[in-house]
Amino acid sequence: MVNAGDMNGSGNLMDFLDEPFPDVGTYEDFHTIDWLREKSRDTDRHRKITSKSKESIWEFIKSLLDAWSGWVVMLLIGLLAGTLAGVIDLAVDWMTDLKEGVCLSAFWYSHEQCCWTSNETTFDDRDKCPQWQKWSELLVSQSEGASAYILNYFLYIIWALCFAFLAVSLVRVFAPYACGSGIPEIKTILSGFIIRGYLGKWTLLIKTVTLVLVVSSGLSLGKEGPLVHVACCCGNFFSSLFSKYSKNEGKRREVLSAAAAAGVSVAFGAPIGGVLFSLEEVSYYFPLKTLWRSFFAALVAAFTLRSINPFGNSRLVLFYVEYHTPWYMAELFPFILLGVFGGLWGTLFIRCNIAWCRRRKTTRLGKYPVLEVIVITAITAIIAYPNPYTRRSTSELISELFNDCGALESSQLCDYINDPNMTRPVDDIPDRPAGPGVYTAMWQLALALVFKIVITIFTFGMKIPSGLFIPSMAVGAMAGRMVGIGVEQLAYHHHDWIIFRNWCRPGADCVTPGLYAMVGAAACLGGVTRMTVSLVVIMFELTGGLEYIVPLMAAAVTSKWVADAFGKEGIYEAHIHLNGYPFLDVKDEFTHRTLATDVMRPRRGEAPLSVLTQDSMTVEDVETLIKETDYNGFPVVVSKDSERLIGFAQRRELILAIKNARQRQDGVVSNSIVYFTEDPPELPPNSPHPLKLRRILNLSPFTVTDHTPMETVVDIFRKLGLRQCLVTRSGRLLGIITKKDVLRHMAQMANQDPESIMFN
Amino acid sequence: MAARRGGWVRICSLLAVAVLAGLGAEAKNSEDVRCKCICPPYKDHSGHIYNKNVSQKDCDCLHVVEPMPVPGPDVEAYCLRCECKYEERSSVTIKVTIIIYLSILGLLLLYMVYLTLVEPILKRRLFGHSQLIQSDEDIGDHQPFANAHDVLARSRSRANVLNKVEYAQQRWKLQVQEQRKSVFDRHVVLS
Repeated sequence: MVNAGDMNGSGNLMDFLDEPFPDVGTYEDFHTIDWLREKSRDTDRHRKITSKSKESIWEFIKSLLDAWSGWVVMLLIGLLAGTLAGVIDLAVDWMTDLKEGVCLSAFWYSHEQCCWTSNETTFDDRDKCPQWQKWSELLVSQSEGASAYILNYFLYIIWALCFAFLAVSLVRVFAPYACGSGIPEIKTILSGFIIRGYLGKWTLLIKTVTLVLVVSSGLSLGKEGPLVHVACCCGNFFSSLFSKYSKNEGKRREVLSAAAAAGVSVAFGAPIGGVLFSLEEVSYYFPLKTLWRSFFAALVAAFTLRSINPFGNSRLVLFYVEYHTPWYMAELFPFILLGVFGGLWGTLFIRCNIAWCRRRKTTRLGKYPVLEVIVITAITAIIAYPNPYTRRSTSELISELFNDCGALESSQLCDYINDPNMTRPVDDIPDRPAGPGVYTAMWQLALALVFKIVITIFTFGMKIPSGLFIPSMAVGAMAGRMVGIGVEQLAYHHHDWIIFRNWCRPGADCVTPGLYAMVGAAACLGGVTRMTVSLVVIMFELTGGLEYIVPLMAAAVTSKWVADAFGKEGIYEAHIHLNGYPFLDVKDEFTHRTLATDVMRPRRGEAPLSVLTQDSMTVEDVETLIKETDYNGFPVVVSKDSERLIGFAQRRELILAIKNARQRQDGVVSNSIVYFTEDPPELPPNSPHPLKLRRILNLSPFTVTDHTPMETVVDIFRKLGLRQCLVTRSGRLLGIITKKDVLRHMAQMANQDPESIMFN
Repeated sequence: MAARRGGWVRICSLLAVAVLAGLGAEAKNSEDVRCKCICPPYKDHSGHIYNKNVSQKDCDCLHVVEPMPVPGPDVEAYCLRCECKYEERSSVTIKVTIIIYLSILGLLLLYMVYLTLVEPILKRRLFGHSQLIQSDEDIGDHQPFANAHDVLARSRSRANVLNKVEYAQQRWKLQVQEQRKSVFDRHVVLS
């Protein structure tokens, strides 16, 4: 929904209902923008404002407002993104508990909020209170027993199915672009691709509403990726209010980069991590000015979320960690093992998920999206309910796994055998032997781990908003916690072995299983997304301290190395390849020795290049040429004999200009000569009025010679954001290389299927 | 209709932002602050949780744990093992957020039911049997907005406000139909 006109236009109030008139300079859907032209347009606009600002006070004020509009946009994006994230968190909290019961005193309270003021909580049953009742208690007034369990189970499944069905129906009816994670498409959009409606208002609304529904339904997905999409929709919405951004696609993408940073910032409560994520993963061009503005937007968003306070205690994320127990050098070995596990899991997940998504794309499975969502939700709910670690929401699971066990915990995972005479303060409990509860928790966690690994492969990529961060972190946290408990018990029972003797004395608090869970989470997330710096910064902002940077880095580096050994692509690049988007990755290296002649069109044996001449074609000839071919642009040469290059004309602008001329200018008929020069050519008398199209001609197209190595050509395409490049020899036009040709050539060199590049 | 709806949605969301931002900084209900002290089992006393409405400076074991279950000399040892935390929440924020969310969800559901079930029935009854001619891209199209092309063609003639709204709604429906074809049918985007 990117309008060509700006919203504060001077027309009638009802003008926004009219269809926007596509004028020269806008882009078609599923095409790439011209970065150089956008940049020069912005420079022109800026120069005009600066020169006018010297005329009067009012113009000066307008120039100041123009300079400040960027910051105003960032402020608005931060406010709206923070508010939406707060709304999502509160609503997810409530709806997740709705599957199990309801608060009788005030139906809008979740379980924890309902029991907040109650004085009847005991130490062992600290979440039970009489105001909050499970469904079985409400319907048949029984809270224990087989029939109560079955009734609760049944209602859990019904609620999960209800939420998932609502979500997929809303997506299907109102905003089909709201499905998926959004990050692959946003990466492509930020590199210059246009997908109209992807960042529109309906997509924003539906994505927010359905994100709450699918996270509450218990499916194995997260909300971080979709929050980036939501924040970018906010960015798009606010940038359409200012003509500086709404009319310039290049400037708009700067705003979207900053909005993506705000999205990650509210998802993890990590402003710096958000900016680094936007820099590393999402953005294509990231000028330094954008860095400062992204940071501002991320801070405003985090601050807004904090003031809404969705989790109480002014925390931004449910699984914030507050302990600072030290770790020891010898523990680096299990941390590196966790890194290897994370890398292996990342590779497995990417391969399986891409295979499943490809099957969904090409076979009959893709024809039943609603049915697929319902079946997967049913399977997830049926298997998840019996295991207490999968029954609760994944964020709560991660929170419990990250937690360190003090004397106050009453969960099964912390069922250690306590020394009754112990008088240590709360946060320095020494290592203790595991009680029976811990052993039960271990095999339950193992089952939950296997289940999560399998079901996430099928869940990510369905036609509902689905994110990947939380399930990956959950898998890593479960593996890490199990390793941590194993090391802890090993250290307790065999404290006289050589490896433990130096640093772990009996009666000391050596091993913190919660730290292993964090390191595992970071390793798995890094293995799947191949994030580096941003991952470490996000994790250490989650823990609030610098103590754990070295273990996190060790695990992240190991998992990236292991995963890169099997395949270079992260999950988002893999999905970009699957969809065939024209994304020229900055991380790919081109090391082959081909030349521009090997890639340019026309090849030997193909039809010659379709060109326009400077002043010898008629309107009818041009229209025939446009109709018979589907090229996006045509080079303009002096004449068919000399073939010296003058410039390049875009197809869309030719069509619009000719249509305009036929409607508005007098005397322009099919026999009129089309000329691209400054002065009209010599014409015989009684010939129809010629048509001047110089204003749509790009007089400075990029050219390379035929012996330019492809390495340089790829570099030029990447650094300047070109869509096509002309190939000349001795000044004469030989052929053209488009971005699609470059991508196909790179795919061919990497032995992939070159026909999978679909868009131009 | 769709553009007006989009406008309404925008107004509602801005209202929500204002309300929530205001509520976030508002003074709290007296019930919304508490000091929670969790005391683990000690000697032969079982563990207990104590809640009390005190200010942040009074949030410690001595003020909150009443009645003290252990005799005088043991109080310090007992209190050392208790963990006291000051918590506050905004119940008004939670209530307003959930109610706004449920009302938006309800409105969307009603609109969805109207678009998928009620509107085709109404259109069929209004335009009778002349609607049976369908263009070849709509053959087999049982999805919502299937008649958007016809209505668009018909309403291009008049230009008053009501028809402009109708025209904008039909244009939105066409856009969504195109999106649905790309995503669900041809699997071109977002596979």
